[in-house]
Parts: sequence; C-alpha cells; structure tokens
Amino acid sequence: MTTRHYAAERGRLSIPEKLLEVNWGLVVLIGMIAGVGFLMLYSIAGGSFQPWAAPQIYRFIVGLVILIAIAMVDIRIWMNVAYPAYAIALLLLVATTIMGKVGGLGAQRWIEFGPLQLQPSELMKISLVLALARYLHGLSVEDVSRPLKLLIPLVMIAAPAFLVLIQPNLGTAVILIADGCALLFLAGLSWWWIVPAISGVLAAIPVAWEFMHDYQKRRVLTFLNPEHDSLGAGWNISQAEITIGSGGVAGKGYLHGTQSHLNFLPEKQTDFIYTTIGEEFGFVGSVALLLLFGLVIGYGIRIAMSSRSQFGRLLAMGVTLNFFFYIMINAAMVMGLIPVVGIPMPLISYGGTAMLTVMVGFGLLMSVHVHRFVEIPRHSAGLI
Amino acid sequence: MPLFDRKDKSRYSTFSRRSLLVSGAMTAVFTGLTARLYQLQILQGDQFMTRAEDNRVNQRLVAPLRGRILDRFGVELATNRRNYRVLLIPEQLADSVDAALDAISRIIAISPSQRDRVHRDIGQNKRFVPVTVAENLTWEEFARINLHLPYLSGVQPDVGETRFYPFNDELSHILGYVAAVSADDKKEHEDPLLDLPGFRIGKRGIEKRFDPEIRGTAGVSRVEVNAYGRVIRELGREPGMPGSDVYLTIDRQVQQKLAELMGNESAAAVVMDVHNGDIIALASTPGFDPNLFNVGIKTSEWQALTTNDHNPLLNKVMSGVYPPGSTYKCAMALAAVDAGIATPGFSVFCDGATTLGNNVFHCWKRGGHGHVDLKRGIQQSCDVFFYEVARRLGIDRIEEASHRLGLGRLTGIELPGERAGTIPGRAWKLANFGVPWQLGETLVTGIGQGYVLTTPIQLATMAARIASGNEVYPRIARVVGRDAQTRPEVKALQFSDKAILAVHEGMSAVTNEPGGTAYPWRIIEPGFEMAGKTGTAQVRRITREERASGVRKNESLPWRLRDHALFVAFAPVLEPKYACAVVIEHGAVGPHPQVQIARDILAFTQKRDPARLPNAYPVKTAENIPGFKVTP
Repeated sequence: MTTRHYAAERGRLSIPEKLLEVNWGLVVLIGMIAGVGFLMLYSIAGGSFQPWAAPQIYRFIVGLVILIAIAMVDIRIWMNVAYPAYAIALLLLVATTIMGKVGGLGAQRWIEFGPLQLQPSELMKISLVLALARYLHGLSVEDVSRPLKLLIPLVMIAAPAFLVLIQPNLGTAVILIADGCALLFLAGLSWWWIVPAISGVLAAIPVAWEFMHDYQKRRVLTFLNPEHDSLGAGWNISQAEITIGSGGVAGKGYLHGTQSHLNFLPEKQTDFIYTTIGEEFGFVGSVALLLLFGLVIGYGIRIAMSSRSQFGRLLAMGVTLNFFFYIMINAAMVMGLIPVVGIPMPLISYGGTAMLTVMVGFGLLMSVHVHRFVEIPRHSAGLI
Repeated sequence: MPLFDRKDKSRYSTFSRRSLLVSGAMTAVFTGLTARLYQLQILQGDQFMTRAEDNRVNQRLVAPLRGRILDRFGVELATNRRNYRVLLIPEQLADSVDAALDAISRIIAISPSQRDRVHRDIGQNKRFVPVTVAENLTWEEFARINLHLPYLSGVQPDVGETRFYPFNDELSHILGYVAAVSADDKKEHEDPLLDLPGFRIGKRGIEKRFDPEIRGTAGVSRVEVNAYGRVIRELGREPGMPGSDVYLTIDRQVQQKLAELMGNESAAAVVMDVHNGDIIALASTPGFDPNLFNVGIKTSEWQALTTNDHNPLLNKVMSGVYPPGSTYKCAMALAAVDAGIATPGFSVFCDGATTLGNNVFHCWKRGGHGHVDLKRGIQQSCDVFFYEVARRLGIDRIEEASHRLGLGRLTGIELPGERAGTIPGRAWKLANFGVPWQLGETLVTGIGQGYVLTTPIQLATMAARIASGNEVYPRIARVVGRDAQTRPEVKALQFSDKAILAVHEGMSAVTNEPGGTAYPWRIIEPGFEMAGKTGTAQVRRITREERASGVRKNESLPWRLRDHALFVAFAPVLEPKYACAVVIEHGAVGPHPQVQIARDILAFTQKRDPARLPNAYPVKTAENIPGFKVTP
C-alpha cells in the first residue's frame, strides 16, 4: 500500500495529488461527446460557429473547470452540503411557483438574479440526488423498507416533483421521480414495496390523465397518432422521424443534412439535435454516439462500485442514472417512442443550464472517484 | 476510526446486486434505442429519404405562353403582351410598406384601393413572397421605376405576359375573353395549371372553345425550398409546350367594316362563304372590350355591361333567337316549288287579307297586291300569297324543308352558347302545349311569325345554302396549331335546281327590279349585285282596334316594342360567293338600315376577294420577282 493510497483512505490528499487521481479517461470521453455536440451545432448553423457552437464551447470550458473544482472537494463536505442544498433548491422552487402565479406567466421555470437565469428545477436534480444519498447513507437495508423511514425520502422526492410538475415541466418531474426511485431501489428497498408500487402506478395512469394539462394531453395523443395531424402538433414527431430515418446507414454526410438546414426540424439545436446526427451520420453515427454515452455510464457504474462509502456509491449511481434518464428520454422522444417532453440531450444540445447541471453532476461523480477510498461510517454526518 | 458493521457489509452487497440489475436495465434500454434506430434508418430509411426529398423539393409549375388567335391572313386578333409590373418584397424593405408605396407613388400613380390590396396581400403571405403593386404599366412608367430603383429597396420591377386584344370590342363575341379561374372551372377541368396564382382561362368565344389547345401544357421547375416555402435554388426545369395558335376564317378588314356599319345598334350580322361555310365576319353589337376581363373588371364596368338593355354580353348571332319574319318566305318558296305547288302558272289573288274560319289574316299592304305569282310574291313579300302556299304545303312539309335549310337546328359553329331556335311542328306543339296543331298556325308560320324562332347564323346558313345549292355549315376555325380543322363533307342541298333557280330569281327581284322591297338599296356596280329578302318581325300583337284605326308606325313606339328588322342576302347574283344575314333588334325604322348594312358589307367583301380583282393583288411567284432565277 503506497503512501498516497494510505492518505487517500483517510481523505488527506493534497490538491495536486487529487488532480492525479482524477479519472482523465472519463474527462476525455465527456470532451469527445461535447465535441460531437460542437460539430453538430456548427453544421446546423449552416457551417458557422455562430450563433450556437461558439457559446457552447465556451460554456463547456467553464463547465470543465467547475467539474474539476467540484472533484477536488471532499465528498464528506458534499455530504454536509446535501441537506442545505436541497432546502435552498426547494425554497427556490416554491419561490418560482409563487412568482409564476403572481406574474401570471404560463410556464415559469426560472428565477432571474440580475443577468443570471437560474432554473431551480435543474438545481433540484443534483440536490435531490445529494440529499437522498445523504439520507440513505444512514439507513441499513432493513431500515429502508420501514414505513416511517421510507416516508421521509418519499416526501423528499414528491415535494419537488410536485412543484416542478405544476410549473408545468413534466419531463423534469419524471426525471426527479425516476432518480429518487432508482436510489431507493439501489439502497435496497424491499420487493414487497416495489411490486405493489409499480402496480399502483400502472393503475393510476387513467387518473393521472385526468389531471394532465391540455397541452400535455395533446402531446400524448399526437404521439400516439402523429400522422393524424402531421402539419400541426404531429409535425415535430413526423419531421424528427423523417430526419433520423432519411440518414440511412451512413448518413447524408457532414453539413449535408437537408431537414435541419432547411428548417423542417423544430428545435433543431436543442431538444431535437440527435436527429441531425442521425441524418448526417446515419445509423453508424447514431449508434456510435449511443456507445459513447454507454461508455460514460459504464465509467459511472464502475466509480460507484469502487467507492467505499454508501454515500459515494449512491451519489455516483444517482448522478449516472440522472445522465442516463436524460439520454433515454431525449432519444426515445426524438425517435417517436414516447411523447414529446422538453428534455435536452446531455452534452450535445445547445443550452447553458443543462450543460451546467450535467457538468456539476460529473464533478460530483469525479469527486466520488477521487475520494473513493474514503470510508464514511453509517452514522457519520460528514466531515464536520 | 469507526469500523464497518455487518449491516454495512450487507447493504454493499445489496447495492452491487441491484446496480447490476440497473445496468442490465440500462443495457436493455440502449438495445431498444438501437433497435429503433435500425428500424428507422435501415429498414425504413428509403421511405424516409423519399419523404425528406418531398419536403425539400417543390415542383413549381411554369405557365406556358398562351397561343395566339389570328385572322385568315395572319393578323393577330388575340396575342400576349409584355406586362410590366412592379413588385414589392416585404422582407427586403428598408422602411415600412407605406413608406415604400409613397416612394413608388411619386413615380407612378397608385390608387388607395391598390394600397389596400397591397397591404392585404402582404398580410396573407410570407414576408419573402413578392406582392404586385401595379401592373400593365407603360414602357415609360416602367423605365422611370427602373431609373429610381437604386433608391427603392425591396421594390422589384418584373416583366410578365398578359393577354392582349388589339382590336378591343371589334371581335369581342368571336374571341371571348380570358379571366381568373373560378371554382367551377377547377371542377370541370383537371389541369394543375388552374391552381397557379394569376392563371387565366378562356371564358367565352374561341378562347373558351379552344382553351385546351390555346392553353398549352405546363412546364415544371424543380426547386429546393425550406420549411417556410422559401426557394433556395432551382434544381432543374422542364419547359412546357406553348399553346397552339388558332387561325380563324375571319377577315379582320371585313370584320372592322361590319362593326363600323353596325355602330351602336343592338344588332347581329354575319358574312359567310357560300361554298365552304367560312365565316368572313361575325358581329354582335354592342360588344365589350375583352381586355377589361383580363386584369379584373371593375364592378361599375361589369354593371354597365349587365344592365345595358342592348345586351352587350350576348352573342346575338348565335345566342339570339328572332322570328325570321318575311326572310322565312325564301324557305317557303323553295318548298313550294319543290313540292310542285308553285308551278310557273301558279298565282294567288291578294286583296289585303285572307280568312280562315272566323279569323282574318292580313297582308302587310292594305288593299293588297292583286294577282301575285312566286316571283312577285318574294319580290313584294306578299303575305296573302304565302298564307296560301303555307296552307297548301301543310306544316309537316314546312317543318321538313326548314330543317333541310338548317333552321331550328344547331349549325355547329365553333363558338360556345349556340341556340337551336324553334321550327314548330305537330309533335312539337303537342309536346310543348299539349294541344293539337291548328291550321291558322300554319298560315302564321308561312310568313315567319308565330312560333318560328331562328338565329342570325341560321338565317345566313339558309341564304348560303340557297345561294350555293349545297348543304354548307358555318365554320369559324380554320387551323388550330398545325391541324387544319376538318369540315363536314359538302352535299348537294335536297331541293331541285328548278326550285333553287326560282328562289334566286325572286330574291334577285327584291333588290334589282323596281317594286322590290329592297330595290332602293341595291348594289349598282355590275357584277357585284346582290339578291336578298327583307323581313320585319313583329314583337307585339296588333289588336283588331289598332288594325281598324291604322297600324302604329314603329317610329311612334318605344324601342322595346318596335319590330325587328331582318335581311338575308347573297352576292353576286350570278355565281354567288358570299351570303349574309343582318338582324337589327327593334330596328324596323326608316329606310331599311339592315339592308344598307348588308349592301355595304357585301360590296366591301366582294372587293376584298382576291379572285375578283386579280390586278389589285399581284400574286408573287418565282417568275415575276425581278432578279430571281430558278435554278434547274
């Protein structure tokens, strides 16, 4: 056992030592995926860095710095931060909801801090994973399934999910619930809870339908039959499928996509960017990107498995699953497998907030990796 | 340093096991996504490729050039003219639309209604779609716009094609007009061209009858468009086929003369070749200016046309039906000789009226004509003579003879809207009135009154048939595209030569012998003389009281109640070449104006005939061009 390993076990590495511990392979992989995003944004702009590729590159670099910075911070500090971060995120969500109602705006999803726009729902994705990992860290497998102990994490999931849902932002609400449930599952929730819960959810679908907004119902109906209204709401789905499908095996060639360049594709630089990859690089390119995503997820799982703390494991897995849910929902949406929800493709879609959330998530994942040898007792509340 | 307890160990193994499950689930999801990609891109790739191409490529129709309409000598009667237009492209404007229109209006006139239309068009279209500000500009106006172009951003001068009728209302009823496509037109024809904005379709006359030929076939331009329909570039172009030219049998000079002679009367006149049925001139007055319909007729102009009691929109030559009056006596005379009734010695005594049962049938001449034979009967148009002829012939033979002369039947002239008129008979009466035919009606029919209704084109056809002795049919289209129009085979008329000659003699006496009803208005020039038959068709019933106190003169009646004036003629008397029919509605006033029109137009037509004046039209051949040598 080397000196560094010994120091690592005790969480006493210096910053340069920690930098050596960073999983640079994962960083390169993330950079590659972001690079694909830059290529596509350049192509969609008709072969130009403006208006999308250049700002995106800039944001990615900022995100990279944040990632490393977060990775340097001891996970026990993140453990300390978990509940306050959750509380702040929840307060901000309440604030947006109230301001949204008072302001009379339709979909209120962000708060403005001067020039900075903050989306509390994005902040909540990270905070929820942190807080749940923190809470579940203190429970044994048996504890997880005790009703009273289970009630707390369920409320922790339900409260923000409800607030996001009424914003209304169905996609993010679904991701919050999925993240939360996945963490409960990983913490060892009994099958006696899981099986009835799944049955209950399936039974509740018709009830949920009644509570949906008109635009959400329309999206679902349109999804079920896009051809019915292929110039109206079905346009997005139809055109997305045409865009992907017309790429064929090898694609139309970089910068030669017609659907995106001629504006047949809606939201081409954000939610539907994956279709352009399908169009210009074909089946080969689309699957290659999925493989890159798969590799990142693989790294995430490996990091989770190699962490010596339950908090680290849950945090790493939570962040990885959050990333996975983004990809799954976005890809399934643009391929016409699920209704249209406003979820971007992580690292690829144009947009600052999503980029920041994803990079912060990877920062936490990296922190788990750097501090994988740190052991945290079940009843410990962190570093302090 | 606290140690791990057993519980911690157990939750780690649980975590690992469940992570494995989650990994499996994620792998399954990725496999599912890949399968979907395989389905979309490999299995259905071709289909989506086609749909992407459909999205991208638009087929734009290119309107073909409309075929011209020309007279028999190649004079353009309907053609296409450069249409100088000014367009506005809203997205290229430097300033507001109004500012641009103000700038244009300092150069050319723009009415408030034009302004409104421009605003409306801009509102209805995407901002890159050009909107027409003004069209049919003169070359000078167009040049001025071009001169100021550097200061007019978003303004685009443009040259299109528009239909143009150089002779305005002179040929309106022959040519018809073109106008915007209506919903009914689209139902009737299935040509994608009809959906083209601004496309014009033939609505009347030759323009309508030969529209499919004149229209041509559309060209196709394949263009790449974006999702908003903006054209990015042209990918390829297939030129269409320009429409066929139509050559008419009309002689524009004769047509002009005829229109001039008819002036503002509500009248119809037609001149035709007696041998082949070629229509030399055909006019219905008043006419209209077909150019008005092309650009969109104003409401006030349209109302002026529809409310005019002279019916400018009706082609009276073939859609107007009139009692033939005494012109019908030609047919009666022909039938009478043919049936052996009017033999050389046959005569009738006219004392001004004849009686049948309780009814008295008057002759137009009070006091009567005395002894009248066939020639005098025609020459002086004696009614009593023809009452007797009709009585002897019977309605069946009258009906049959009329049909042989082309009366009461469509002539088949290539103009839409022809009417058949009426030649009454026993079956017709029973079918339309449910009561049997009366002998008195035969007598009235004998002088071309009662139920008999004919069109001027039928009367001209009758005159042509009598003149030539052949069963000719009027034709107005000579060549369409490269195809000479086929004509019905000319058969001999089914009347004996003896009968035809007797009627010629009678009709010649009308104009050329003193005492004839048209003698004062004959053609004097030797070799150009015409033969004819006058007619006056009553449009009101003359009561017994009026007859007793003296029939009112037409001049004293309101226009609507005056008699129609008719005349049929052919010329020259020997070896006839041209036939003519003239009808002036409510025109039986003064010195037979209809006869004067026929006289002047027949004289003019004959003088135009190259065959009549060989020296006036030197025919150039290889031999008589100086300096030209025929190489062996």
